[in-house]
Amino acid sequence: MNAVTPRSSAKRIMRSKLVMILAALSLVAAACGGSDETETKAAFVMVAPVGDAGWNFMHDLGRQGAEEATGAETAFVEAIPEGGTEFDNSVQQFIDDGFNVIFATSFGYMDATEKFAADNPDVDFVHISGFKKNDTNFSNAFGRMYQPRYIAGMAAGAETESGIIGYVAAFPIPEVIRGINAFTLGVQATNPDAVVEVVWTSTWFDPGVEGNAAQALLDKGADVLTMHQDSTATGQAATDAGATFLGYHSDMSEQVGNYLTAPVWNWTDYYTSVIESVQNDSFTPEAYWGSMADGVVDIEIPDSSPVAGDMKAIKDAIINGDFDVFDGALFAQDGTQITDNDGKLLVDLADPFGNPIGAVGDEMNDGILLGMGFFVQGVVGSVEG
Amino acid sequence: MSRAELVGLLISVISFGTLLYLAALGELIAEKSGVLNLGVEGTMAMGGVTGFLIGVQSGSAWFALLIAALVGAVFASIHGIVSVVMGADQVVSGLALTILGLGLSAFLGKDYVSSAPGAKFNAINLGPLSDLGVVGETLFSMNGVSWLAIALGIATWFMLSRTRMGLSLRAVGESAATADAAGTPVVLTRMIAVAIGGAMAGMSGGYLTLVLAPGWNEGTTAGRGWIAVALVIFGAWKPGRVLFGALLFGGLIALEPRLQTLGLDVSPILMSMVPYLLTIAVLIVLSIRSRNRPSVAPAAIGLAFRREER
Repeated sequence: MNAVTPRSSAKRIMRSKLVMILAALSLVAAACGGSDETETKAAFVMVAPVGDAGWNFMHDLGRQGAEEATGAETAFVEAIPEGGTEFDNSVQQFIDDGFNVIFATSFGYMDATEKFAADNPDVDFVHISGFKKNDTNFSNAFGRMYQPRYIAGMAAGAETESGIIGYVAAFPIPEVIRGINAFTLGVQATNPDAVVEVVWTSTWFDPGVEGNAAQALLDKGADVLTMHQDSTATGQAATDAGATFLGYHSDMSEQVGNYLTAPVWNWTDYYTSVIESVQNDSFTPEAYWGSMADGVVDIEIPDSSPVAGDMKAIKDAIINGDFDVFDGALFAQDGTQITDNDGKLLVDLADPFGNPIGAVGDEMNDGILLGMGFFVQGVVGSVEG
Repeated sequence: MSRAELVGLLISVISFGTLLYLAALGELIAEKSGVLNLGVEGTMAMGGVTGFLIGVQSGSAWFALLIAALVGAVFASIHGIVSVVMGADQVVSGLALTILGLGLSAFLGKDYVSSAPGAKFNAINLGPLSDLGVVGETLFSMNGVSWLAIALGIATWFMLSRTRMGLSLRAVGESAATADAAGTPVVLTRMIAVAIGGAMAGMSGGYLTLVLAPGWNEGTTAGRGWIAVALVIFGAWKPGRVLFGALLFGGLIALEPRLQTLGLDVSPILMSMVPYLLTIAVLIVLSIRSRNRPSVAPAAIGLAFRREER
């Protein structure tokens, strides 16, 4: 996911103003063209430029796909900072121009989107990666990225010879921690002795820092690297050192030499279904956490992997609902057993901010996954960040 | 810490040190002539994007770095024209340059975002010297740009303290009116200093996108230009001390992930604050010292020169 911490800065504000003006002009032009008032129009607000091969790029691909599938008119604004008036201005502009559904694709847009939904009952809103909704016109949506992360871990476990897999990660929040845990469980499925070493960068995007973190892991002896970041710097460092790289967000084979595979986003189907529901007036607010079965998250199985067959089998099992990543007994980093073989909690759990998410006897559930604040056995590093 | 980790750390220190030193040295030259240039971050971004693009197009890292330097010089000259020739406020002009550079670089590089890098620098082979243990292994892994940065540092020190040209430059930075009366071309001197400073900032940006990142995306400079501005103050406007500061600040960046791989729990957020805290500390020390001694900062810094206002 892209942005939990605000990344606003002078240049972003300036740039987004320019984009806003251009977007406004094009909208005015479109309005003058005499559009049909009843036609469904979908708008997307992005936190960074879409051409980044990452989070925003995948949302834009989803937008294009949904436009093709539904015939609805779509528009987007990019590089809109979180928590600024640019967001309010651009959303208001879309509403004024008759857009019926607005997708806000970054975590920090959550509260502003909630407010817009309350003030504009005739427009539907979807917020990506948050947890708020209402009963009339406001949904939230995200994907179970931990599922393809597990499968990526299987490939990484089979690939490593040194037994050290490096993981360059942005911030110690549940989403990232959950991904690291799922990846590590996947690693252990194919290579029980391998460890996953985590380095936090405290940034979603800073190629210099990400590359440096990757290099530190390579120096430590890692021969396979992956990341939860927005640049491909980890992949460049891995390639330069002759190590293997597993990406994130999108297929990075074009950018990175030693690329193996990546857990990826695919928003087309979900965006299509939402726009279709708006088209036939059946929009129902939901908290959508899409799975690999829905296709919103996915991973390509690399034929070159010695465990390609196992990966395929697990992928099928996850899609069929026969297996999920955090099923069965789980052990924390220090060896404490977290859940028994039936997935029942043996300890009380809290999220990284100290809020309770589960008590002894509870079954493993989405609430626990969404607040995950502990590392599983096999992860080297601290959840403190 | 294993030997590989130690060498890795040292290489990383030198890499980030090179990045910061090139930009800070350029800013030092500009400030010595009395021109505060807050456009370093934007100039780095411009050098970064052109360096990367030319690298992809030409396949030659050195040619790309040269073009990055030229673009940096031309770009910084905008600040020179606005603040030196036309006498506008240096702070406002410099900030505008940064905002312009960040926006323009994002625009120019849009089609090259996340492209694979096209050119690399090779380590300079030092033959038998590379057998000299950890130090030899580190120096052996340094690429030519780090050597160039050191050479530029020595050249800058020599120029400023040992040549007539340097004396003129410093005179313009201490008292433009006096230098003018002595026949030194104030505007030309400052323009040249700003352009040279911009060339070094552009080179620093090129080094970032060709070596350190390597790659281009909007925001790749991530505030390193501002650290360079702070470094000049930290180094008290002396090329040698700025080199020490660049290695220290670069070392802090390099150390961040390595503290974690060593299992030491130091928050990376705290670590990234340290350069700025150190700079504030140095500012305090400098201001206390300057109560009974002349300030180490160039006296005419930030002041526009107009002959009729003498």
